[in-house]
Amino acid sequence: MTRFWTRLVVVLTVVCGVNYVAWRWAASLNWDAWWIAVPLVAAETYSLIDVMLFGMTVWRLKIRKGAPPAAADATVDVFITTYNEPLDLVMTTALAAQRIRHPHSTWILDDGARPELRRLAEEHGLGYVTRSEDWKDMPRHAKAGNLNNALMVTEGEFLLILDADQIPEPDILEKTLGYFNNRRVALVQTPQYFSNVPADDPLGSQAPLFYGPIQQGKDGWNAAFFCGSNAILRREALMQLGLVGYVRETEKSIRRALAASQSAIRKARKSAHSESPLVVQMLNEVEAATQEARRRLDGGDSLSEITYRVRRRVDQAVQTLVQADVSALQADLEEIAAMELAHVGESGVPVVAEDAVQRMSARDWSPLGAMESVQAVLDALSVERTGEAQPVMPLATISVTEDMATAMRMHTMGWQSVYHHEVLAYGLAPEDIATMLTQRLRWAQGTIQVMLRENPLVQSGLKWGQRLMYLATMWTYLSGFAAVVYFAAPIVYLLLGILPVSSLSGDFFIRFIPFMIVNQLLFAVAGRGIPTWRGQQYSLALFPTWIKACTTAARNVWFGRPLGFAVTPKDRQTGGPSWSLIRPQIVVSVLLVFAAVVGIARLAAGLSEPIGTLVNVAWVVYDIAVMSILVRAVLYKGFEPELSHQEGDAVPAEGLIEERKIDGA
Amino acid sequence: MELSYEVKDSYAEIRAAGRLNMVSAPKLREFVADVVASGSSRIVVNLEDTAFMDSSGLGALIGCLKAARQAGGDLRIAAVQPQVRMVLELTSMDRVLTSYASAAEAFGND
Repeated sequence: MTRFWTRLVVVLTVVCGVNYVAWRWAASLNWDAWWIAVPLVAAETYSLIDVMLFGMTVWRLKIRKGAPPAAADATVDVFITTYNEPLDLVMTTALAAQRIRHPHSTWILDDGARPELRRLAEEHGLGYVTRSEDWKDMPRHAKAGNLNNALMVTEGEFLLILDADQIPEPDILEKTLGYFNNRRVALVQTPQYFSNVPADDPLGSQAPLFYGPIQQGKDGWNAAFFCGSNAILRREALMQLGLVGYVRETEKSIRRALAASQSAIRKARKSAHSESPLVVQMLNEVEAATQEARRRLDGGDSLSEITYRVRRRVDQAVQTLVQADVSALQADLEEIAAMELAHVGESGVPVVAEDAVQRMSARDWSPLGAMESVQAVLDALSVERTGEAQPVMPLATISVTEDMATAMRMHTMGWQSVYHHEVLAYGLAPEDIATMLTQRLRWAQGTIQVMLRENPLVQSGLKWGQRLMYLATMWTYLSGFAAVVYFAAPIVYLLLGILPVSSLSGDFFIRFIPFMIVNQLLFAVAGRGIPTWRGQQYSLALFPTWIKACTTAARNVWFGRPLGFAVTPKDRQTGGPSWSLIRPQIVVSVLLVFAAVVGIARLAAGLSEPIGTLVNVAWVVYDIAVMSILVRAVLYKGFEPELSHQEGDAVPAEGLIEERKIDGA
Repeated sequence: MELSYEVKDSYAEIRAAGRLNMVSAPKLREFVADVVASGSSRIVVNLEDTAFMDSSGLGALIGCLKAARQAGGDLRIAAVQPQVRMVLELTSMDRVLTSYASAAEAFGND
């Protein structure tokens, strides 16, 4: 029944929304003020698409009745990822993980390689993994790298992934493993819930709409995605992704190297060494070898064979040429000896050492080694993926949020995912605005990176529903640009009297107001009483963060510039209120209030119309209400558990967790 | 899984009998690393008696290929059974590895 009402409101929202926005484009634009009129209608179109994607998400909302019983012999590795979190926090999670009931091995994946943590792990009989030797001087890929490293030394069929602060329930596996009885299921994601957040959630840490109707809706489209923690993954699916990725990257790098080889050889021929006949001959050999490789690639030969032949051919040529050179040298020495026979004495003819040819043919001594561009081509003609610590990288490394990218690749390969809507682990949210902002920036950057690197709309293995579900999440992170327009429009009207709409007549209200009402209704019906206001506030109020995420991610993907990325600290930053962090929002708020005062004064002076002023002042009031949350966020002093629960529990906030579970049930 | 090896004229032949899966993958990697360390870097993995392979097993083969190449040799596979061939195709790993009909043929042409 609820599903019927949800769908009815979705249909109404789409009808009213399209009716309003189409009219805005067709008949309402004030072209005299195009510079504000066009951005505003574009922002409104953005919002319409956003709400339509949300409507599509909840259209298929899937409420699961729980998993069937798991196979008793399913083997599981529990991975606890840590980098610099306090040891007691890590150990609290690790010991809780050890108490999980289904048979499993618990591993601490310590990217900080802390001896003390190793000792603690051993003391409690926990597995402990740090990066292997292979990672030395290689890109580390943060958490994705940490997990990829551990995958190579463990053997469980399934992997439960937990952030260092996510304390699991003992029944987390019993409640989720059964989903994998379906052999196509690769992922079961459970909610991320935070036990150190007060009821009013000043930092907007809980994401009840996301870990609720949104993931449940995505689940209905087989597009629920991995969120980095509190999820169970099938090793086979991950390894398969790793292999497919390996083949794709290797082939790409070989093709690129072959394409670049001609110009590299040409360049080398022009360089200083090219006088020597030895070098000329070597370059001819390299050229012939790469041409042969290109032919073989087009002919469908395997990559290992092609690269092996190139290497073999070039190595043999180098060796033959060096041998010739050395023989000439030896002949010269003998000639000299013959001429000066008397002086040689007992030591005889000097002989070039036996291993000299081999030594001088080796990469670092060979004349080829001196020609970097050619050497780079030859290095890239390999199947060892020399630029990475390990050839097979199961978790995607194209983004700082490896989780979403990995899930999308799984869906591309035809795997299925499950969202299990029950809190089975309790984590810690940031307790100050600085940390919160860093975390949100990171998520947004990662999402935009995935959008730019692997646009879901063009991933061939995905169904259209899945493509749009991934797009929906990415789309929400573009809201920063729309927010700027939504703040600018009322300021422009109230200060200058310029209206982006041709007139605020009945035509406008009769289209706009129904859309607004059904829009809010949709969130109320789909959310079923979940508080969504905090989320709405933050999606507008953090506009500088969202814009920064888009620009930095675009620069990173297109121009290879660094993101300026930091790990989210789990303990609270110290110091007074950090107003400077929300400077753009303060400036905008002051401008909004100033504009409202001026607008009212202009109305009093008869310079503007009452309706226009009323609408825009109301708009300002809404904007200020949205932004007001930041004041509470900046002043928030961290979480203080209620007194009755402070009785020195071994597990922090455990009592509170119990209470929350009862409340929430 | 049963692992054994035999040094032939120009290569070392490794036989992997049984199931090459997530449990035996690390063992294969270690085994090959030892063979390479003992001086044989031209390796044929004979899969005649490998009834089953999963993606972890294939991943281990790639790791072994890397080890052999870095030691200046190569790793080749021979006598691939139908299930293994399917996994090779599914992951497009057949783009990387050629399957030779028999261990003797793997290094037959060089």
